[in-house]
Amino acid sequence: MERDDVIEYSLDNHHSEEQGKKIRKGIWMVTLIMAVITAVEVYLGAAWRDIFPNSWQSVKWSFIVLTLVKATFIVMRFMHLGDERRNVRAMILLPYGLFVLYLIWIALWESNYIERALHHFL
Amino acid sequence: MSGEASKAIPNEVLWEGGRSPFSVSYGKLMMWFFLVSDALSFTGLLIGYGFVRHSLPVGDAWPMGETVFRALPFTHGDFPLMYVAFMTALLIFSSVTMVLAVEAGHRMDKKNVVFWLFLTVLGGAGFVGSQAWEWSHFEHGSGGYITTSEGEKYWVHNNDHDTDNPTKPDNGFHLVKSDGTGYLHGHEHVEGDAAMALWNKQINYVAGAPYPWSSTGMVNNEYGPAQYANFFYFITGFHGFHVASGVVINIIILLGVMRGVYHRRGHYEMVEKAGLYWHFVDLVWVFVFTFFYLV
Repeated sequence: MERDDVIEYSLDNHHSEEQGKKIRKGIWMVTLIMAVITAVEVYLGAAWRDIFPNSWQSVKWSFIVLTLVKATFIVMRFMHLGDERRNVRAMILLPYGLFVLYLIWIALWESNYIERALHHFL
Repeated sequence: MSGEASKAIPNEVLWEGGRSPFSVSYGKLMMWFFLVSDALSFTGLLIGYGFVRHSLPVGDAWPMGETVFRALPFTHGDFPLMYVAFMTALLIFSSVTMVLAVEAGHRMDKKNVVFWLFLTVLGGAGFVGSQAWEWSHFEHGSGGYITTSEGEKYWVHNNDHDTDNPTKPDNGFHLVKSDGTGYLHGHEHVEGDAAMALWNKQINYVAGAPYPWSSTGMVNNEYGPAQYANFFYFITGFHGFHVASGVVINIIILLGVMRGVYHRRGHYEMVEKAGLYWHFVDLVWVFVFTFFYLV
């Protein structure tokens, strides 16, 4: 049965040839950024012992920051979440983000405790 | 981007009913919900891995990615992280071809959708194949180590990483004494008869990280704590399973595109939805790559 009360949102996502050219340029730009970030990560991962032998902590944190940058590009540009309405973004990112922050915190807390227990009593 | 989502519509109208307050179709919204729940599974796995690693007492060295993953197929050289960098690049580029397929779909350009989607399938299949090699190499190990009756640890080396018959003549068999810093090898080499004498004094020989269903299981692995191999197989395995199913989904969508199903429908949203899943697989790999191979 054909329904006439369903709005076909995907039809609105069509764009013209000129707009497409601009979008493709953006895609290749993001690709370039991601490739550079990955290359930096791999180089740092393979050679940090020689170039920054005593700063593992800062190397580790720069890996985490670079990963979050890449993840933001993938979610916002490749998955087009950046183009959606603000309430879609909030609904997807906020519950997940809050839960994960809690999970990281509780895992760090508990693993610290276990580490100390093993260290002192084994 | 163009479309309903960029239109300014007053809140009263958006939430009054009769339309999606999110300005997305049902299918796309449900794909996002599924991805959030799937993201929680992967988050649980990665945080569980972090939990175990963080709770190990100091001195129980967890192996670092750049010391474990140093091999390339068809070579004997030493290339830390190069193979996994190749795998990462493959997955990112197949993500790019997917986003280009979605873009072509928005222009109703069927020929280009087929072209980019086909490249995406190739990239995904290449990634799964690369992972098969990665696993078999991990399972086989780099040569392994022996511990002697004096309680010393020596790494076993030979020309072709032969772990079935490591002392085979004329194959460059030698031992490297472990300096006790985890998986990094030391500098003291023992060769020839001295190496054979040590080899004969071994009390055990550990090579690679056998699959969990093999006879040795994963009680011993040459890299470090037993959990290291468990998490490696489970996390990369769970991700690899997602990639494999993503390839199957992409093939199904590609066949649909070629038969003109979506063209007749008037929009290529199916490509977009499969694309969301495919980008998600790439997104997960970005985190697995960082937390398993780099950190």
